[in-house]
Amino acid sequence: MFHRLPVPDGETVSFTIDGTPAEARVGDTVAAALLVNGVPHCRTTPVSGSPRGPYCMMGVCFDCLVTIDGVGNRQACQERVAPGMRVATQMGSRELDR
Amino acid sequence: MTASPMTSQKPADLVVIGAGPAGLAAAALAAGHGIRTLLLDEQPAPGGQIYRGVTRTPIGDPRVLGPDYRRGQDLVAAFESSGAKRVVGASVWSLTRDAEAGLEIGYSVAGAGTLIQAPRVILATGAMERPFPIPGWTLPGVMGAGAAQTLLKTSALVPDGPLVLAGTGPLLWLLAVQYVRAGVSIGAILDTTPRANWRAALPHMAGFVRSSYAIKGLKQLREARSKVRVISQVTGLRALGSDRIEAVAFRRGDGAEERMPAATLLLHQGVIPNPNLASAAGCAQDWNPDQLCWMPRTDVWNASTVDGVWIAGDGAGIGGAIAAEHQGRLAAVAALSAMGVLDGAGQDREAAPIRKALAGATRGRRFLDALYRPADQFRVPEDDTLVCRCEEVTAGQLREAVRLGCTGPNQTKTFLRCGMGPCQGRLCGTTVTELIAAERRVPASEVGHYRLRPPIKPITLAELAAVSKDDIPAVAAER
Ligand code: FES
Repeated sequence: MFHRLPVPDGETVSFTIDGTPAEARVGDTVAAALLVNGVPHCRTTPVSGSPRGPYCMMGVCFDCLVTIDGVGNRQACQERVAPGMRVATQMGSRELDR
Repeated sequence: MTASPMTSQKPADLVVIGAGPAGLAAAALAAGHGIRTLLLDEQPAPGGQIYRGVTRTPIGDPRVLGPDYRRGQDLVAAFESSGAKRVVGASVWSLTRDAEAGLEIGYSVAGAGTLIQAPRVILATGAMERPFPIPGWTLPGVMGAGAAQTLLKTSALVPDGPLVLAGTGPLLWLLAVQYVRAGVSIGAILDTTPRANWRAALPHMAGFVRSSYAIKGLKQLREARSKVRVISQVTGLRALGSDRIEAVAFRRGDGAEERMPAATLLLHQGVIPNPNLASAAGCAQDWNPDQLCWMPRTDVWNASTVDGVWIAGDGAGIGGAIAAEHQGRLAAVAALSAMGVLDGAGQDREAAPIRKALAGATRGRRFLDALYRPADQFRVPEDDTLVCRCEEVTAGQLREAVRLGCTGPNQTKTFLRCGMGPCQGRLCGTTVTELIAAERRVPASEVGHYRLRPPIKPITLAELAAVSKDDIPAVAAER
């Protein structure tokens, strides 16, 4: 997956991924926070159910959709992780608005 | 914040959208002339993609990201002392011209929608990576090289091994060098540049050797090649795996298929203008046969075909970060003239040094375009490859639709839902145009492009209902 280069101490933030406690660095996008915690996928597709993870990291591809604090279909690459944030992957769900 | 009908207000005389080099330079120049200027940007910090995170990158060692990256700091400083206002985290979902109200921009900050009137607008919305449709490119673990570079700049994240980079173009080599300097091990670089490109690029050599790219680019190439295994003439690239990428398959030219393990595959074959807002605003676009992409039609002042809208930087055609700066300034000078701040002579006087600098910055570009022109097989893929990632439409299905009478991208929506997913065809648009053109044996210009409709970002009803007519929230606080 991804790991962080040794960098000057940054503030960490605690949040959850599918209910499991996780940590990231202040300023990380939710997508970065998932990748550094070893989660390569964000959702499955509504058409074939195949898994998808962040692809463009700039808001173009929409493969990074996750549920954040109960709100579905948020672009993980466009949102910053925040203390206590509840991030849920959209695996196997048909939430994606077709 | 009041729920209200969509009345809008006019917080600035010039609104610039996008805080990359073009937008920062444009806003700084206009505000320096005393014009009320507002910069809207999606990110929490200025820099755009090229200088992403430049004011707050966690990477301490300046060698890793290189001196070109730090140029962004000067741009940000000039912008910050210019008196221009900015709204960060502003996701713009519409730009429309109304006969009475003039130009209107809709955007959201943290889920709250705002509608503003903008007498004049400079779009500086930049570029995106060209789609790289290969079998398996939707597997988790396959990403754009630009995407991985964003993770490096903003979060100091680098891939665990085994790591493979594949494709062509300056950004691929730049990322390789950045990884090498950061101590990241790269399994291989699979270079897909066709050998024939050298022949096509040669006539443009003279311009290139006098350009700033030459020495820098060659140094990067050498550094990457000395530290990483490079495999050239790569064809038949495929990503293999079930739930995520596990290996990469490829051929050297016509050779037998080879495989190597990969936990991360980073793809890149150049960048193209991000069509978003220009397309939704109704700006005319033309197919550029050299850069193989749609480009908004602009005049020598970077004016689009929509009155009061200028387009500067890579969003108007790929010219790189330095050219983008100068284009931003040129557009700002033209906007100042349209506002009566500069007269005709003043406009030309201000523009002269900018034009000269712009000519210098675009020197060598034709060589790069020719050398790094992506191979046909990676732009117009074989039948089994997914083209539309959102609706999972394959190249074969598209070809079938063309045989059934589908003549252009907008019709693929009815035939196949291709381009109907959340990305609205932004990612697959270029591929779809080229594929239909090839199948119909007509020029891409004849096939046309997707029409994007506002809102260009999915927005919730709540966001629309919350559209504010108050003063823009927290502008002062966020500066
Ligand atoms: S990774 Fe492409 S939209 Fe988020």
